[in-house]
Amino acid sequence: MTQLYPLFKREFLGYFRSPVAYVFTVIFLVAAFGCTFFIGDLYNSNQASLTTFFEFLPWLYLVLIPAVGMKLWAEERHSGTIELLLTLPVNMFEAVFAKFFAGWLFICIGLFLTFPLPATIAYLGEPDWGVVFTGYLGAFLMAGSFLGISCLASALTKNQVVAFVFGLLISFVLVLVGWGIFTDILAAVFPAQLVDAIANIGFMPHFTPIMNGVIDTRDLSYFLGVMGITVLLTIEVLHSKKAV
Amino acid sequence: MIEVKGLSKSFGAFKAVDNVSFTVPHGQILGFLGPNGAGKSTTMKMLTGFIEPSDGTALVGGHDIRQNPLEVKRAIGYLPENAPSYQEMTVREFLFFIAEIRGLKDRRSAAEKMKKVCFLDEVWHKPIETLSKGYRQRVGFAQALIHDPSILILDEPTDGLDPNQKYEVRQLIKSMGKNKTIILCTHILEEVQAICERVIIIAHGKLVEDATPKELLKRGPLDEVFRSITLASA
Repeated sequence: MTQLYPLFKREFLGYFRSPVAYVFTVIFLVAAFGCTFFIGDLYNSNQASLTTFFEFLPWLYLVLIPAVGMKLWAEERHSGTIELLLTLPVNMFEAVFAKFFAGWLFICIGLFLTFPLPATIAYLGEPDWGVVFTGYLGAFLMAGSFLGISCLASALTKNQVVAFVFGLLISFVLVLVGWGIFTDILAAVFPAQLVDAIANIGFMPHFTPIMNGVIDTRDLSYFLGVMGITVLLTIEVLHSKKAV
Repeated sequence: MIEVKGLSKSFGAFKAVDNVSFTVPHGQILGFLGPNGAGKSTTMKMLTGFIEPSDGTALVGGHDIRQNPLEVKRAIGYLPENAPSYQEMTVREFLFFIAEIRGLKDRRSAAEKMKKVCFLDEVWHKPIETLSKGYRQRVGFAQALIHDPSILILDEPTDGLDPNQKYEVRQLIKSMGKNKTIILCTHILEEVQAICERVIIIAHGKLVEDATPKELLKRGPLDEVFRSITLASA
């Protein structure tokens, strides 16, 4: 596992060697604050909670995380560096994991920079810090799941734009099936059990309880499971497609 | 030492490499020759553990490429075709990264040595994407040599270089030939004549000739010999 650290470091610092990191972070923060204060109308909600922010988060992730993940493997394949990387004494698992963690940490930095939001509600009222904490925990885990999907999408193609669209589409399906408005529509047609089963594939039914302060191991294992499965699938895809 | 035993690779119905066997003893520079698309790069990719053979195997530095690919990767230095590297990194950052992955203890002295050997002084702190083709090729060389491997696999190392740079690179390869096993993959005949002790020619995935450059020269000018050998096998 000695190669994990240099791989991770190169990938993580790689974000900051191009303008992408700064553009991403600024857009994420502007969108996060904009959604929370203007669309979500935090000031008039009379609640010292971050629920409005967390409710918008899956939609922000939907656009932004495929943009973080699209380069992970598509760029390596496009530029041919994958041949360099995989003929160094590195095993595939380390390479995939290092990249995944680098992207995840990068997104987590963006999340940390939303600290003015909890600071604002702390100034205005008395927030329940436990709920704020679990909300962020859920946000980190969900970010990892979105990134896992984008990482897999990136391994499937040489083209970063295709990787972005692919990642966005898969993520969109997973957001949609768990979204209240969509499940209501389904509920009008299908039996409740089926609707629940479909909704449970999506992100929202697992994120919402954590966001509200309820930590259930099933929800935690859902997110960890999505990450694990996508990472393993990425390794499989690379094994079969790396030289093409 | 490299022992290739019945190595084959198929992509669907297409046989890119078909039952190729040869041995390269320690201290030899082997020229691996063939027309474009003959299966040279595919063979190199199998020997370096990038892709898995469909059939057959090879021992590289005593390690089996199927059973022990990580050990093979540790033992070799590989310059892939077109010398890929991470474009946004500076030359220094890139070589330090490779040294770290290779687990070298003294990364600074290893990198400094490569700076001298590959003439990278002028571009040391420049991002690789801003470099000329010649410099990128040298960075690729530095990357392959940084851990002083006993086995070196070079896929078209002088591609895109000007005549002076070609001369320098060939001198470099020649000087290393005494105490390393080197496979030089190329389609440039003068290169083979200048530095290789032995030549293998591959055409349509099959090994069609194994000789010294001198033996080939006895049969006529190299390019004509090359043409007759590779076309005859079609």
